[in-house]
Amino acid sequence: MSALVYLIPAALFLGLVGLVAFLWALRSGQFEDLDGAAHRILLDEEEEEPRKGQQNKE
Amino acid sequence: MAEISADLTSAAKPAAEDRATPPLCCPAGMAVELAQIDDSGLRASDFAEQLRQHEDGSESLTLVVQNLHCPSCIRSIESAVEKKAGLLKARVNLSTRRLALRWDPKQTTAEPLLAAVEARGYRLVPLDPDQLESAEAAEGRELLRAMAVAGFAASNVMLLSVAVWSGLAADMGPATRTLMHWVSAMIALPAVAYAGRPFFRSALTVLRSGHTNMDVPISLAVILAAGMSLSETLRGSEHVFFDASVMLLFFLLIGRFLDLRLRGRARSAAENLTALKATAATVVAADGSLRSLPINRLKPGMTVAVAAGERIPMDGEVLSGRSEVDASLLTGESLPQPVHEGAAVYAGTVNGGGALRIAVTALPDESLLAEIVRLMESAEQSRDRYVRLADRVARLYAPVVHLLAAATFGGWLALSSQPWQDSLMIAIAVLIITCPCALGLAVPAVQVAAVGRLMKQGILVKSADALERLAQVDTVVFDKTGTLTRGCPSLQNAGSVDPALLALAADIARYSRHPLARALSRAASGTNRHLSVQEHAGDGLSTEIDGRTIRLGRRGWCGVDDGSADAAMELWLSGGDFAPQRFTFNDAPRADAAEVIAALRARGIAVELLSGDRSGVVGQLAEDLGIEIWRGDCRPADKIARLEDLKAEGRRTAMIGDGLNDAPALATAFASLSPAEAADVSQIAADIVFQGERLSPVVEAIGTARRARGLVFQNFGLAMLYNLIAVPIAVAGFVTPLIAAAAMSGSSIIVTANAMRLNLKSRNEGA
Repeated sequence: MSALVYLIPAALFLGLVGLVAFLWALRSGQFEDLDGAAHRILLDEEEEEPRKGQQNKE
Repeated sequence: MAEISADLTSAAKPAAEDRATPPLCCPAGMAVELAQIDDSGLRASDFAEQLRQHEDGSESLTLVVQNLHCPSCIRSIESAVEKKAGLLKARVNLSTRRLALRWDPKQTTAEPLLAAVEARGYRLVPLDPDQLESAEAAEGRELLRAMAVAGFAASNVMLLSVAVWSGLAADMGPATRTLMHWVSAMIALPAVAYAGRPFFRSALTVLRSGHTNMDVPISLAVILAAGMSLSETLRGSEHVFFDASVMLLFFLLIGRFLDLRLRGRARSAAENLTALKATAATVVAADGSLRSLPINRLKPGMTVAVAAGERIPMDGEVLSGRSEVDASLLTGESLPQPVHEGAAVYAGTVNGGGALRIAVTALPDESLLAEIVRLMESAEQSRDRYVRLADRVARLYAPVVHLLAAATFGGWLALSSQPWQDSLMIAIAVLIITCPCALGLAVPAVQVAAVGRLMKQGILVKSADALERLAQVDTVVFDKTGTLTRGCPSLQNAGSVDPALLALAADIARYSRHPLARALSRAASGTNRHLSVQEHAGDGLSTEIDGRTIRLGRRGWCGVDDGSADAAMELWLSGGDFAPQRFTFNDAPRADAAEVIAALRARGIAVELLSGDRSGVVGQLAEDLGIEIWRGDCRPADKIARLEDLKAEGRRTAMIGDGLNDAPALATAFASLSPAEAADVSQIAADIVFQGERLSPVVEAIGTARRARGLVFQNFGLAMLYNLIAVPIAVAGFVTPLIAAAAMSGSSIIVTANAMRLNLKSRNEGA
């Protein structure tokens, strides 16, 4: 049972990573437009990358 | 052969044809059209109040994109502006149909950015930033965060609980078990405190006002379960309910969030429409300069310029200019009426081919439009407050849950010799089992599936309970012009006209935006030769061919006065070496109108027709489509009266209309639908707005609403069945945490899966 000493913290840590990732996604506005996101992946990019970094940040 | 070559030339010149084809969706075809109507784009004064300055010096503006319908518009709009200097952000939100722009005011201003988007044919309306940060949006984010925390806690506590449950069956020592319980407690207690707040708040509010709702037993169950589990952990006992309390919260938060998203979507649709209503008027100052003013700041005596194709902002009198005014949205009359100096014009009507200057005669509040809006508001107030199905069930269910849990606790306390803690644990188990996980998901899961399905077909559900009401409808009342009919005339006698004359007429008609001329150029391809055509507002079109003046227009103007005039809409072609030729038009019903009426009848729904148009025309259409009950010459108040009569007979009516004159009726009816081309006020009044040339969305919406209602009742049935089985077990004290967890998640999954059948089923049928 001594394995629990690191298994439980490891499991909790992984869970927390997931939680933080979700909260970050929420904060950066990725849940604002669920319909648009589904279609954006299908749209052709123009010849050059349009302002990648600036579109998601508020 | 001549016809074929004509077709080829027309195919080779698509740009010229763009005007003639009716716009189906947003892209190219409409761009040309709109550019012609709206030569006045947004000016800085139009959105000064909506502009927002940020701390880093940038400015931002959020706009409603009126004709954003399809996903490819995202690329079209964003690529229009993304290369502009000074632009920081341009993002289209397809769910809310809005465009967020942010730019650096040192490098650019808003106007060129907006002009670039407008040049692609999109109509933009600025949104008030205060509306964007609404309480509901903040509530949505809080729910999502609570859901994430509850989900995290539920999965981790469950991980530990599974170990404990298998340890109970095998050889886990009490020390290890207590360790597991303590770790669970450390995860669950903060999670409950955080994620439970939405429920605790609502429970407190209703308790203070002396009522009860579903949140009271939920809060009781969660708090008692977590608190008692802590004390059980201190006692070192076998069973704790940490897992059940966080899982309960997690499932309920999912249901809550789905419901809120649905309402949020409905709200943003309504906000977009409200923004559209507040468009500006162009005022002519004393020195002849033009400036833009919001409609509510107009005063009597001001002079307003109305460009061709624009909506007239205010009741007034024409000072100069000749044109036709399309009052179809206001009165249901489908043919534009010629206006000249001194004629009265009404707010909400659309100016035709010529520019007008209008003196404002009525204050905004006194205009005909405002009167209709007032009628509508009083209708809305008198409309019965509809109580949503889930709320009605909860109202009955909550007291039962309280009584059951209290009786269980009292019974065990009186009849058994165990310590009181055990009796309380059993009562908590009853609360947890009866808590409406399945009930909380039963309605929102179905509604999300139904609304999503309708949305994909261009049917926008604007109020959250619209589908519930629509499902109960047994009578459908149609408006005529623009609803059953296409709202624009089409050529009737194409077969009996010499093809050469038809082609000539079409060639001339191509140069005008008058509805009859457009109907002509739609009906015949013409030869696409270049003509210099002059438009005589109120009379018609003229051109010179081989030295002769050819006229296309009004009967008298074309020199025909044989006294054979009748009520039909007509155009005459004269002046050549041929006898004057008459073209007649009618307002044709939508292609699938008869089909839709038959389909509604097949579902046991009675169909009626109420129109503001002349009785003769209405009767003819009713006969053509097989509608037995119809009335013409209806004023808005007449329509309301008829709807009230139907209500008094115990009927539940759905009103379907597009005109301003329908708006009060739309607000009075039990449920209402309106096409996307309808007047703004009507779209605001209607529960559901549908897009497209066809009427079939009406059948689709009613069908989906009825299927959704069926599924909701099935889900209630499933939830009740689950309670019938689980509650006796809980009252008898046999519910361990393992059984509680399995029963709770099992019933929730079954209910959600049942809701998803709405999409499965329709996919099979839809083909």
